[in-house]
Amino acid sequence: MAFFLEALIGGLMAGMLYSLIALGFVLIYKASGVFNFAQGAMVLFAALAMARFSEWIPQWLGFDNKILANVLAFAAAAVCMMIVAWAMERWVLGKLVNQEGITLLMATLGASYFLDGSGQMIFGSDIYKIDVGMPKDPVFLLESVFQGGVLVNKEDVYAALIAAALVAALALFFQKTSTGRALRAVADDHQAAQSIGIPLNRIWIIVWSVAGLVALVAGIIWGSKLGVQFSLQLVALKALPVVILGGLTSVPGAIIGGLIIGVGEKLSEIYIGPYMGGGIEIWFAYVMALLFLLVRPQGLFGEKIIDRV
Amino acid sequence: MFYRENGQFKTSYKADEQIFPIRQDRIAIALLLAIAFIAVPLLAPEYLFRAILIPFVILSLAAIGLNILVGYCGQISLGTGAFMAVGAYAAYNFNVRIEGMPLVLSLLLGGACATLVGVLFGIPSLRIKGLYLAVATLAAQFFVDWSFLRIKWFTNDSSSGSVTVSGLQVLGIPIESPVQKYLFCLTLVTVFALMAKNLVRGAIGREWMAMRDMDVAAAVIGIRPVYAKLTAFAVSSFIVGVAGGLWGFVHLGSWEPAAFSIDRSFQLLFMVIIGGLGSIMGSFFGAAFIVILPIFLNQLPAWLNIPMSTATASHLESMIFGALIVFFLIVEPHGLARLWSIAKEKLRLWPFPH
Repeated sequence: MAFFLEALIGGLMAGMLYSLIALGFVLIYKASGVFNFAQGAMVLFAALAMARFSEWIPQWLGFDNKILANVLAFAAAAVCMMIVAWAMERWVLGKLVNQEGITLLMATLGASYFLDGSGQMIFGSDIYKIDVGMPKDPVFLLESVFQGGVLVNKEDVYAALIAAALVAALALFFQKTSTGRALRAVADDHQAAQSIGIPLNRIWIIVWSVAGLVALVAGIIWGSKLGVQFSLQLVALKALPVVILGGLTSVPGAIIGGLIIGVGEKLSEIYIGPYMGGGIEIWFAYVMALLFLLVRPQGLFGEKIIDRV
Repeated sequence: MFYRENGQFKTSYKADEQIFPIRQDRIAIALLLAIAFIAVPLLAPEYLFRAILIPFVILSLAAIGLNILVGYCGQISLGTGAFMAVGAYAAYNFNVRIEGMPLVLSLLLGGACATLVGVLFGIPSLRIKGLYLAVATLAAQFFVDWSFLRIKWFTNDSSSGSVTVSGLQVLGIPIESPVQKYLFCLTLVTVFALMAKNLVRGAIGREWMAMRDMDVAAAVIGIRPVYAKLTAFAVSSFIVGVAGGLWGFVHLGSWEPAAFSIDRSFQLLFMVIIGGLGSIMGSFFGAAFIVILPIFLNQLPAWLNIPMSTATASHLESMIFGALIVFFLIVEPHGLARLWSIAKEKLRLWPFPH
């Protein structure tokens, strides 16, 4: 039982991190109808920027304070992501208005090659580490209930808390600010939003910037777990089943989908994996999402698509 | 002046229904085939065969297969690499396990296995649409990658995980030198391209296109979605499977699952989109573009005498590749095939503008 709980909590924590990346997909899809395959490259780019700036800024300015360096590096990386967002709008999406979904998807794939190349060219292509002072020691919970307690990684708990805080902040931003309202309007209906005077271009830049910030946070958390390297962008592939399971247009869907996938993946690896030769977590999430979609084609919380002739 | 159909009257249904109704087109195609089958093998150096021509021919075949699914039937698939892998590994198993199995037959049987897998993973397309389907087809990609890596039976219990074929021959003629490989692939591709062209002109092709343009409307006028979508998946994965077999047997010779990774799927999708959705000719253009571009970008610094470290060069390459893809999508979202047809239209009027 303790072992099961441990796996369950581990899965929930991992799921929280998946939802963080899935959130980036959903934000952009909602506002611009683009399925952004470059999200993984954005995570890598942001993490590389963060890692390198936290090295470079103390050297440039000649101080030695880790917290200050991290704060400044975060700001610098955020500026980088905003530049990326602006460039995406200016040179890619702005030119492809009214194209089909698959053309836009291919364009973001092209952009992801570009981001991969430029990110590694500017910031270097070795393995870097991000040290934001997250504790790495494990803790034991519920020691009074079970013998030996339940082993939980403290780093995971912090990561999950940060993710939850970010989601709450985003929800507030979307529900309570006027920009958020404009974003929701654009997500609902581009033309109607434009006709009441919401500037589409600016909204897209804002959405891509927010997605870039989410990518930055995801990059920091994943980067401090795994190290910043090229394989970081593969994490985005793990978030894809989360997105379709939760529904492409739903923020809560991304969170709950992430939790389901995280838990399902962990438990299946432990309880089914040994019978199938191991390593099944690579495809299990996809097959799970696929089977689920057979029942509900629009995902858990996605908008129901009604076809008319 | 020269490219127009004036004076070419059709006096029978047969003449009206031929693939290339304009005489100049027929001459151009005959010339093209003559160049591909006779002039190129005589003139091209060996490096050209290995690096460009053989991959180009095989990937065009795969692109044709994918184009049937994406371009004609409108079902986005990101699992093409998986269907290629199924074709290659199934052909390998037929080749190794059955004594004296002819090469062409094992390739075709490999294609048949890919068909089965394709139809299986095509079933969700009856419920799921668009981008959801695109992501769902990734399930095929990861599942197939995993099974060829982990299930030892498929790789004939090879200890390293990679499989090797040797001593290829067709009807007693060995296929060893690059020229022979090229001719073998080219023959198969020509046959399949003609077959595909005929399929998409026929009743079933029209059903696919109706499905692509609006599936509900197509169902209303009596096209069965199940039949149309699953046949598209079947035909597409058959062709892709044969292409996978060729890629493994003829181009690589010895391979492991990484040869058919998700990058391959993306690469093929790029070919189809840059070449032109819903165009057999476009598949060739797209394949040529995507095969030649990286080689060209790779050679460029050497030609221009710019000293560059390999890491910088590879990053620059991926930057330029990405930028060019975006550029192409912006300039011509309908692909190179569209440019081709615009050129043909212009040619009909040339040199008199009216």
